[in-house]
Amino acid sequence: MQFATITSPHSDRPNSVTSTMLWVIIALLPGTVAMSWYFGWGILIHMVLASVVALACEAAVLKLRGRPVRPALGDLSAVVTALLFAIAVPPLLPWWMMLLGVAFAIIVAKHLYGGIGYNPFNPAMVGYVLLLVSYPVEMTSWLPPSILNETPLDFIQTLSVIFGGALPAGLTWDAITMATPLDQMRTLLNQNMMISEIRQSPLWGDFGGRGWEWVGNWYLLGGVILLYKRVISWHIPVAMLGAVLVFAMFFHVLDQEAHPFGLFHIFSGATLLGAFFIATDPVSAATTKRGQLIYGAGIGALTYIIRRWGGYPDAVAFAVLLMNMAAPMIDYYTQPRVFGHRSGGDD
Amino acid sequence: MYYPSDNTTTRRLYRFPGGLHLPDNKAQSTGAACRKALLPERLILPLQQHIGAPAKVLVERGERVLKGQLIALQQGRISAPVHAPSSGTVIDISEQPVPHPSGLPALCITIETDGLEQWQELPQPLGDYRNHDPAEIVARIRDAGIVGLGGASFPTGVKLEPGAGQPVTTLIINGAECEPYITCDDMLMREQAPRVIAGVAILKWLSGARECLIGIEDNKPQAIAAMQQALEQHRIDGCEVVSIPTRYPSGGERQLIRVLTGKEVPSGQIPARIGILCNNVGTAAAVADAVLEGKPLISRYLTVTGEGCANPCNLEVLIGTPVGELIAQAGGYTDKASRLIMGGPMMGFTLEHDRVPAIKASNCLLVASTREAPDPGRASACIRCGQCALACPVSLLPQQMYWYARAKDLEKTQEYNLFDCIECGCCSHVCPAHIPLVQYFRYAKNESWDQERERKKSELARQRHEAKSARIERMEAEKKARMQKKKAALAKRPALKKGTSTQGDPKKAAIEEAMKRAAEKKARLAEEGVAPKNTDNLNAAQQRQIDQADARRGEPGVQGASEPTTSGKD
Repeated sequence: MQFATITSPHSDRPNSVTSTMLWVIIALLPGTVAMSWYFGWGILIHMVLASVVALACEAAVLKLRGRPVRPALGDLSAVVTALLFAIAVPPLLPWWMMLLGVAFAIIVAKHLYGGIGYNPFNPAMVGYVLLLVSYPVEMTSWLPPSILNETPLDFIQTLSVIFGGALPAGLTWDAITMATPLDQMRTLLNQNMMISEIRQSPLWGDFGGRGWEWVGNWYLLGGVILLYKRVISWHIPVAMLGAVLVFAMFFHVLDQEAHPFGLFHIFSGATLLGAFFIATDPVSAATTKRGQLIYGAGIGALTYIIRRWGGYPDAVAFAVLLMNMAAPMIDYYTQPRVFGHRSGGDD
Repeated sequence: MYYPSDNTTTRRLYRFPGGLHLPDNKAQSTGAACRKALLPERLILPLQQHIGAPAKVLVERGERVLKGQLIALQQGRISAPVHAPSSGTVIDISEQPVPHPSGLPALCITIETDGLEQWQELPQPLGDYRNHDPAEIVARIRDAGIVGLGGASFPTGVKLEPGAGQPVTTLIINGAECEPYITCDDMLMREQAPRVIAGVAILKWLSGARECLIGIEDNKPQAIAAMQQALEQHRIDGCEVVSIPTRYPSGGERQLIRVLTGKEVPSGQIPARIGILCNNVGTAAAVADAVLEGKPLISRYLTVTGEGCANPCNLEVLIGTPVGELIAQAGGYTDKASRLIMGGPMMGFTLEHDRVPAIKASNCLLVASTREAPDPGRASACIRCGQCALACPVSLLPQQMYWYARAKDLEKTQEYNLFDCIECGCCSHVCPAHIPLVQYFRYAKNESWDQERERKKSELARQRHEAKSARIERMEAEKKARMQKKKAALAKRPALKKGTSTQGDPKKAAIEEAMKRAAEKKARLAEEGVAPKNTDNLNAAQQRQIDQADARRGEPGVQGASEPTTSGKD
């Protein structure tokens, strides 16, 4: 009998890129459902639209690069990028902006660098930042959460806003949009209001904005799923959230009326989503354990610093991109001690 | 002191980094007791079944050999002899397919068995080995052809030679058998524990170790119980059976040492460096056979398993039995057989066909189905998830090494400690992109070795070239120096003649004094009126010359005869 020969190991491989990505998508579900609940159909429409655009762009580029299309599409990495992008942008963003952002993320940020595994920057964040700096008004026009929204749009209305740009009769942009809690807090603090004053508005919940903080909770649940399934390790999220908390609490203790409580920063904006789903993108993150702690803490620190002193209300995307740049260097200097070696990776 | 065997659980154990919990798949082959495999018609014995130099053939084609007869002798220090596993006739000494990852054939002695199983006279059993010289016992072990049966097949005799380094303080007996599917050590311990323990006692005595730890993974409770019982009967001081957590690759030498003692063998060193000697349970049993019965290593326990064979089991096989016959005795192939692996699923290598023999290092034949050993499929790009680094028992960064191995940046792979990789396969196993990481690392190692050889070669050539250039230069310089010396000597000569500077030169002073004396003498003689003629006081030859000259001139005294010529004189 003749047998084929291959090299060891000969075991059934328990992991695959597809299953890793699939678990990320599954873990995103609670948060996205919650977002749709609070912010309407726009979230779902954008998720579908972004996925279709991402897959189309990926297929087109693979074809141009002469690479096999099917296995690359099957790994679902483009879908993950698309979903992360879709939930990061405002629900009523015009369709062509969405298309531009996703296409830029997939074609430029991902494939021009060599495709999956080779991109130094998180593609979804690159696309997001492109739109944020190009269309700051549209990118910060969020809807109020449904509990505060007196005029929620139905499915057809949402579609026509996204694709036609036409608001239903009798509504104006000012009437239906609202700044995010982070934005609001920042603006009001800049007007020298005190936090106790600001928090009297019905906009606020226990820690962050009403509705928003619940979305954060559901992303936290998704993160726990990823940790449990060992798709991600605890190092990056814990370090990032820890750094945000430490910074926020330090300044909060210094002046309670000028710096919101630490958990406000955790449950506002993209902190939880970023900690579990964005900063943990393996391709662009640090890979050593000690490196991941530094990388995560760096993102947390930068997030707080940019939020507090920078020009944008939220900063997770910038912080992630900045730390992406530092990841190779962090990896180099944080090599673990190899078994049987006395110290470092170089003796 | 003697540790009672029930204190196995109180010993503090240590962790090694990484590692995997794998489905162990051991139950399939432990259902029935191990049985003796049938005597095959032919035994194929490779001359190299060990690390080191191949053995030298001692027999000729057509020669009749007896069971246990030495048929190939070790060559050099690191080598092992080969014995005939059964009586019969040598029918061939030629290149045959052998179990080796390269798939290349190697020189083998083929014996046609006669079914008589006629033993040759064995060396004296040494039941009282403690009264003998340890060197004699080590020689017995070496001559019995014993090599490490755990898989590495390093000659045991060499390992036992008293080294120049640290004395052995701890003997570790490896019964971990961490790789899935393999159960030969498990069955050996269950069934032959007294034999193993007897071998342990010999190894402990030889090594001079104070402490002996027998490490067995806790998924083998029966083996642990049997070994404890045998140990209680044999009573070896300072010896203990230790149940260790089941975690691949705890049976790796360095990993087991870490688990049992907390010590790390320094990178690039052998365990002896930290006073530890490690041997496999099968090796211990073979040592007992050699010392206590005089039997050489001619058989071993071997597991035949996997969904591709009908009745997975353990067999006691003669070394050299063709693999195909062993599979036939395990019920033959099933329809599911898709891959033939020698060794376990993690570190074993695939065989192209079953006509190769089982050798000393063969512990398992895994006839795997496509479910058990699926085609790994096309590898996709590394997503740098770091699962490999988490699984690595040596704390390497496989993702970085892969990156550099792929780029053929060998220096960088070595910077990332490529040569600490034990090729356990954990990284490849967990890789979501299904990248054959271990294969990349083997490639990088081989390339590095090649490069090192090339480097050494060119270094040698460079040294030779430099030596030659230096020699030529030296010869030139010497020649020049000689010339200069000559020139200087020539330049000095006229100075001597002129005699200008005489001060301080005793020679010249002496000459001048002599000349002065001669002048004074001349003056004195002139005063006396007897100037000496230069034709006075001539010797015979000079007189003859003068006479001849006079004769040539014709008549003597015609021209100035009173003043004969003074040519040649003055």
